[in-house]
Amino acid sequence: MRQPGDIIQSQLKEAVSTAHRLGAKAYINMNKLFRNDELGSLPEYLTLVKEAEADAIVFGDPAVLMNVRQYAPGMTLHWNAEMTGTNSAAASYWGRRGASRAVIARELNEEEIADLKSKVEMEVQIQVHGTTNIYHSHRNLVQSYLEHLGREASLVRRGADNGLFLVESERPDEKFPVYEDENGTHVMSPDDICLLEALPELITANVDSLYIEALLKSDEYNETVLRSYRQALELWKQNPNNFKFDPDWLTNIQQLQNPDRELGFGFLYKEQVY
Amino acid sequence: MSQTVIQETPRATGKRQRLAKPELLAPAGSLEKLKFAVHYGADAVYIGGQKYGLRSNADNFSFEEMREGVEFAAQYGAKVFVATNIYAHQEDLAGITDYLQELENAGIAAIIAADPAIVELALKVAPKLEVHLSTQQSTMNWQAVQFWKEEGLPRVVLARETTMDEIREMKARVDVEIEVFIHGAMCSSVSGRCVLSNHFTDRDSNRGGCCQSCRWKYDLHADEQSVADPGHNPFTMSSKDLCMIQHIPDLIEAGVDSFKIEGRMKSIHYVASVVNVYRQAIDAYMADPEGYQLRPEWVEDIGKAANRPLNTGFFYAVPGAEEHIYEPEEKPAPYDFAAIVTDYDEATGIATVQQRSPFRPGMEVEFFGPGGRQFKQQVGDITDEEGNALTVARHPLQKIRIATAQPVVPFDLMRKRLN
Repeated sequence: MRQPGDIIQSQLKEAVSTAHRLGAKAYINMNKLFRNDELGSLPEYLTLVKEAEADAIVFGDPAVLMNVRQYAPGMTLHWNAEMTGTNSAAASYWGRRGASRAVIARELNEEEIADLKSKVEMEVQIQVHGTTNIYHSHRNLVQSYLEHLGREASLVRRGADNGLFLVESERPDEKFPVYEDENGTHVMSPDDICLLEALPELITANVDSLYIEALLKSDEYNETVLRSYRQALELWKQNPNNFKFDPDWLTNIQQLQNPDRELGFGFLYKEQVY
Repeated sequence: MSQTVIQETPRATGKRQRLAKPELLAPAGSLEKLKFAVHYGADAVYIGGQKYGLRSNADNFSFEEMREGVEFAAQYGAKVFVATNIYAHQEDLAGITDYLQELENAGIAAIIAADPAIVELALKVAPKLEVHLSTQQSTMNWQAVQFWKEEGLPRVVLARETTMDEIREMKARVDVEIEVFIHGAMCSSVSGRCVLSNHFTDRDSNRGGCCQSCRWKYDLHADEQSVADPGHNPFTMSSKDLCMIQHIPDLIEAGVDSFKIEGRMKSIHYVASVVNVYRQAIDAYMADPEGYQLRPEWVEDIGKAANRPLNTGFFYAVPGAEEHIYEPEEKPAPYDFAAIVTDYDEATGIATVQQRSPFRPGMEVEFFGPGGRQFKQQVGDITDEEGNALTVARHPLQKIRIATAQPVVPFDLMRKRLN
């Protein structure tokens, strides 16, 4: 769900082997919520994924787990239920059912992330950079609204980079990207997470995987972000004691940052109430 | 809702599991509401406890109130479920075991849980509690239903995005109880997949802090400009409320085991009115499927308690422009809750009622009770308990004497027509 681009099935094998040749792993994202009539395509797709020798499947819907057991047994599984992956007991639950990694909610703070990681025997992945989805509906809300206005529906179906924003009446400075695709309507955060400066803390908390969200960004931007995080991680790897934050890592990103979208720490240092 | 009455041809494909007749499951935001929901015909009610529920603002139950509620419900053969449907954070994990065991000891029949952390713990530490999978897990395909059955859950509450055809297929393929929402307010997002509240107000929607940001007003911008011309309705994600009263045969024949009404925050009047109508419809269909007819007064009575326009959600089609609320004001219900009958003197034809909103002589009111019993009248002379004449019943909870046009019984309700 919400991929910055689609790799068509015939290119799957090539994409995975390209990643492998370059020393990288390739995970296949299958974390959408499935409906009855979409289940039929799962066996064939999983066979393809297996043949392509992908390194893991990312799932949220238990239907994927059921099919992997049958059609791709032994395949590495990453559990990603987006906003609802919020505690160690739930992560371990999926761990005991085959997941070796938990992708946890972006709404957790650092203390919660560290505590969660210390209580699970599986890898933990968090998002460190980019936009986040904050609302997902199976309704076609943009199309419905345009219809209500009697406007041409030509404004929709332009994918994620459609230039559509929601602005809440009391928060005129915050622009929430909104788009529709075959999975419904997605509203995205008005700012971008950037945890570059928090990397030492996250590494100390034993977080295993740091995810950069490429959605809604240019290739140039994504390359720059990757380079900065890569450089920071390499420096840490060489010798954590000599690690010193290089302001250029951040400046390089800031130079390409959309001025409408602030870089921030997301929920990393927040306390939420309820 | 469209006023056209649709008489669909039910297709008998699904079959219910364990329950001979579908269960009518009602919300109860307080002990008093629980009593009314059960008295008006709910087979089961769901409530919130002090912790782990998604209505942190509701008047939630203490364990003692739960015991009293369970005892009251048992007199009617009804069950009490507790919603423990948050997605827990680390800090919430400690204490869940004790809480679940307290629920079990209080005689609670089932919990409604979404977080596998709570599901798994309940199965282990409170074996007498049934675990029902909450709609917050967004289960919308039969293999996911199958998964949860294999995990030991006797019931799955489906995602509100599921269609009638999909439900039929699930019931045909998986031998597990299926519960669906049939009435009330809906998240317009996939349940659990919305953190608008977290972003706008630092309130965690998946732990009960939802501030209903989906019903706020937004401007939709394309290329830096508002799409709407000045004066047009703003963008919103606000969904109309669900109402399936016109499709009861379809739901029953699809094999749905439990019909769920939303609204733990709603009034006694709302819960009693809505339960009353669905109870009659389900009973009428089960008694005589061939001769079943939707009665116009059911649709009318639902309308008396509704404060948002109604629709059929995802059951028959993906909701479109007509299924969302763009108009500036929500229309208030045409009737308001006025009083509860606590006593009736047959000799004098005078009822004692407890005031729930002001009423005065001359007002048009309607008395109603379980089973669709109802009549309209004008309020005549009213007195307080000491017999002093009143020009208006002004004080909340005050006992008022009022002559009624027909006999009434305790638990009957009085609503007043609003101008």
